[in-house]
Amino acid sequence: MEFLLSIRPVLAIAVSLTAAVLILCLRNRANLRDAVSVAAAVVKFLIVISLAPLVLDGGTHDLTLFEVLPGVDFAFRVDALGMVFATVSSLLWILAALYSIGYMRSQNEHAQTRFFAAFAVSLSAAVGGAFAANLFTLVIFYELLSLITYPLVYHKEDKASWAGSRRYVVYLIGASKSLLLVALALTYHLAGTLDFMPQGVFGGTDASGALLSVVYLCYLFGFAKAAIMPFHAWLPAAMVAPTPVSALLHAVAVVKMGVFCLLRVIFYVMGVDLMSSLGLAIATAYLVSFTIVMASIYALTRDDLKARLAYSTVSQLSYIILGAVLLTPMAAVGGVTHIAAHAFSKITLFFCAGSIYCASHRRNISDLAGIGRQLPWTMGAFFIGSLGMIGLPPSGGFISKWYLVLGSVEAGELVFLTVLLASAVLNAAYFLPVTYTAFFEKSKPPQGQTLVAMQDVREVPMVAVPLLITAILSLVLGLSPGFFVDLAQLVMRGAGLG
Amino acid sequence: MTDLPVLSILILLPAVGAVLTPFLRKDPIVRWFSLLVLFADFLLALWVLLNFDPNTAAMQFGEHRVWVPNLGISYRLGIDGISVWFVVLTSLLGWICVLASWWSISIRVKEFMTCLLAMQSLMIGVFCALDMILFYILWEAMLVPMYLIIGIWGGANRVYAAFKFFLYTLAGSLLFLIGILLLYFGGGQTFDVLALMEVQYPFPLQIWVFLAFLVAFAVKIPMVPVHTWLPDAHVQAPTAGSIILAGVLLKMGAYGFLRFSLPMLPDASQYFAPMMIALSAVAIVYGGFLALAQSDIKKLIAYSSVSHMGFITLGLFTFDAKGMSGAVIQMFNHGITTGALFLFVGIIYERTHSRDIAAYGGLIKVVPLFGILFAAFLLSSMALPGLNGFIGELLVLAAAFGVSGWAGAAGALGALVGAAYLLGVYRQMLLGEVKTPGDVFVWDLGRRELACAAPLLLFVVWFGLYPKPFLTILQPSLDHLMTQLNPTAVTP
Repeated sequence: MEFLLSIRPVLAIAVSLTAAVLILCLRNRANLRDAVSVAAAVVKFLIVISLAPLVLDGGTHDLTLFEVLPGVDFAFRVDALGMVFATVSSLLWILAALYSIGYMRSQNEHAQTRFFAAFAVSLSAAVGGAFAANLFTLVIFYELLSLITYPLVYHKEDKASWAGSRRYVVYLIGASKSLLLVALALTYHLAGTLDFMPQGVFGGTDASGALLSVVYLCYLFGFAKAAIMPFHAWLPAAMVAPTPVSALLHAVAVVKMGVFCLLRVIFYVMGVDLMSSLGLAIATAYLVSFTIVMASIYALTRDDLKARLAYSTVSQLSYIILGAVLLTPMAAVGGVTHIAAHAFSKITLFFCAGSIYCASHRRNISDLAGIGRQLPWTMGAFFIGSLGMIGLPPSGGFISKWYLVLGSVEAGELVFLTVLLASAVLNAAYFLPVTYTAFFEKSKPPQGQTLVAMQDVREVPMVAVPLLITAILSLVLGLSPGFFVDLAQLVMRGAGLG
Repeated sequence: MTDLPVLSILILLPAVGAVLTPFLRKDPIVRWFSLLVLFADFLLALWVLLNFDPNTAAMQFGEHRVWVPNLGISYRLGIDGISVWFVVLTSLLGWICVLASWWSISIRVKEFMTCLLAMQSLMIGVFCALDMILFYILWEAMLVPMYLIIGIWGGANRVYAAFKFFLYTLAGSLLFLIGILLLYFGGGQTFDVLALMEVQYPFPLQIWVFLAFLVAFAVKIPMVPVHTWLPDAHVQAPTAGSIILAGVLLKMGAYGFLRFSLPMLPDASQYFAPMMIALSAVAIVYGGFLALAQSDIKKLIAYSSVSHMGFITLGLFTFDAKGMSGAVIQMFNHGITTGALFLFVGIIYERTHSRDIAAYGGLIKVVPLFGILFAAFLLSSMALPGLNGFIGELLVLAAAFGVSGWAGAAGALGALVGAAYLLGVYRQMLLGEVKTPGDVFVWDLGRRELACAAPLLLFVVWFGLYPKPFLTILQPSLDHLMTQLNPTAVTP
């Protein structure tokens, strides 16, 4: 396998860190400051995508900066799995940056400099995690992401946002200071290394299966950003954040970081063989299946649009993990592709929720009757996003779920096939009515005083354009999924599944 | 290597300063003079570090002068890869203490600086001493200036706190002296530390000496249940006193184990290891929960020290290469981080005269520089990955799991509780609605305060990501210690 010593992974991380510093310096010049966000996002994406050709040929970009402890380096490696995560995050940052500018300005939000600076740093953390070559480096960026998103979650600084952000931090830091720390310490103790290895790191150890299972469980729940039940409650709580944060961070960067870490653990720390021989894979599959179904049921009962989207995210994240733990080639491809498919569709849906809020100050689905006529672009995009969640063609969600279904057939597990199909039905049941209400129900006079009267609701162009682009991208992904599917197949083969 | 008695200069420079200070006239001159002396001492310590040979476990910069020949007492100095770091730590915190007391100490400045300088001389002496009696004398003498620092320049209840501190440590020290005499008459007939390490003592004698040493060191660390002097001393001590206490004095107990108990009494150390690990686990968890319950910021940090020092003793008594290097690096890092936390508490106390956590809020908005740096030190204390606390915690926990699942679990619980109270402080004091005790005006860090914080922050980031220089210098001495502990073990 070809590998290239490359400084570019570090550049990709440094771009947004530099941008954050510039943003802080330009706090009194709003236009310039916001231009920096967009420019940094574009540059970051270009750097990330320039790494792709080699990775698609099966190579990696490597950079070891220095040794931290014996067997532990501070090092980066760009491989196929990292490429998927980094491409998705950095591409969507461009759109989220544009969207944020429109959203924050139209809402006259306070502390915009803090907002954009923290946003930029969180993208560094996400891409740093994607390119981390070992658990130590990964965890540094994982924790940085928890920390830097905290001010974004409490952004409004009202009672609700203090309560929500408190739960956010308690869950994420609590899980990592207890379970993740134990998992790392045990891994280092047993294996003497924190590196990622294609067949896992525990090959040469004589540790008992029970102990290794404990290590795995500590990872599974310690990476609480993956939001597997019962460690999911931080995600709905994080919805107190401004919508651009919910869109890029709590539908893409932060939650995918959790899932990404788990895929790293499943494929490169535990290894496929150990996952299967200890029965951990099948146990996890049942656990995430429960999460898929339960979260959908929660979503069904939520009238607040963002809360419904949040529970939907909890459910969809578990699809990705299910794809990994079925341990079949097709399922793995489906799981990894779903990282991208879910990202494009879910960010569209959140952008729509934000657009609705900007235009009308409405949060509840029951208040949206007739809004489709006022916001045709937004609600049209919402419909396209919903297709991705349900898994209908021509969306990207169709491709990934198709592979997942094939994978569960391949695994010969009808239970999971049933879960996937049942969940598709549930998704339809909680997303399609939103579109129906918006377009086909008669509008009612607003009850709350803060709501804008329906006839005065107008699209806000600055937020509508990015959401149309993401909606189109989610369709492009369905029609031409080659880039992500090829990467997913590389991940699958690299993990020893095909 | 040079022929200059570098370590003696390092020790005597502050001592000479302490002697000269009373002859100076004006307070500003006293302050600048003390600062210069201690900063020169720091530069000298850095020079020692840079000229330290990391390839040997032997004592370096050695000095030997006969002192009381018919009793076998001599003036013997030397440092290895362990003690060199504590010399650096002590000399770094020394000049920071002067800066931290710049305006907050306004009465009897001369006397205060004399105490600080004397303290510095004695503390560096303790880490360099290779003669048991010399060590003991320096160790005891330290009590006097520390007693004065707390008792004269402390808070409202300072006399009680100083007395308690004095009594606890003195009681421990007396047993320490008995232990030293037992070692002398039990076979060594010498007070030379290196020679005593070579003597094979019978097991029963080792047991008794270990217990005698344990009392002395456990009080200093402090281990549960002899920790109760610490919160009182910290709360009443002036900022510089707290920095010295937390940064250096607490380390001396752990250093005692490293220098004496483990290499001289290997069998007893092995025998008592399960008990020591259990006591450490109790300290980690109990100290953590006590910290969680505090409303006084200084008390909270004091109890967090009890918990964090538990990690150090836990790591030492795993007798594992990872655990011991984790413990030593944790000793250094705790000195940096907790020293910084007390510094910052002192800075805000100077402005508001309140230690009540709940009386503060939103400081990051009023004093952003203070807020961001204080947050960084809180996160370092919480062992955020990428900052210095994490390395020690990870190594100690990895080793603890090798010894006992329960010890590891206690460590993890302590880490979790630590995150809870430190994030609690972060949230309450720095975020939320802006409030200060009595709505007094607070101003941001000045240049003097930044100068104190900058080197500490440097270590926080540097040793969080790149602790290799530390470990490289430490490793040969630690490997040597491992062979002394267990002659058959060959460490890689």
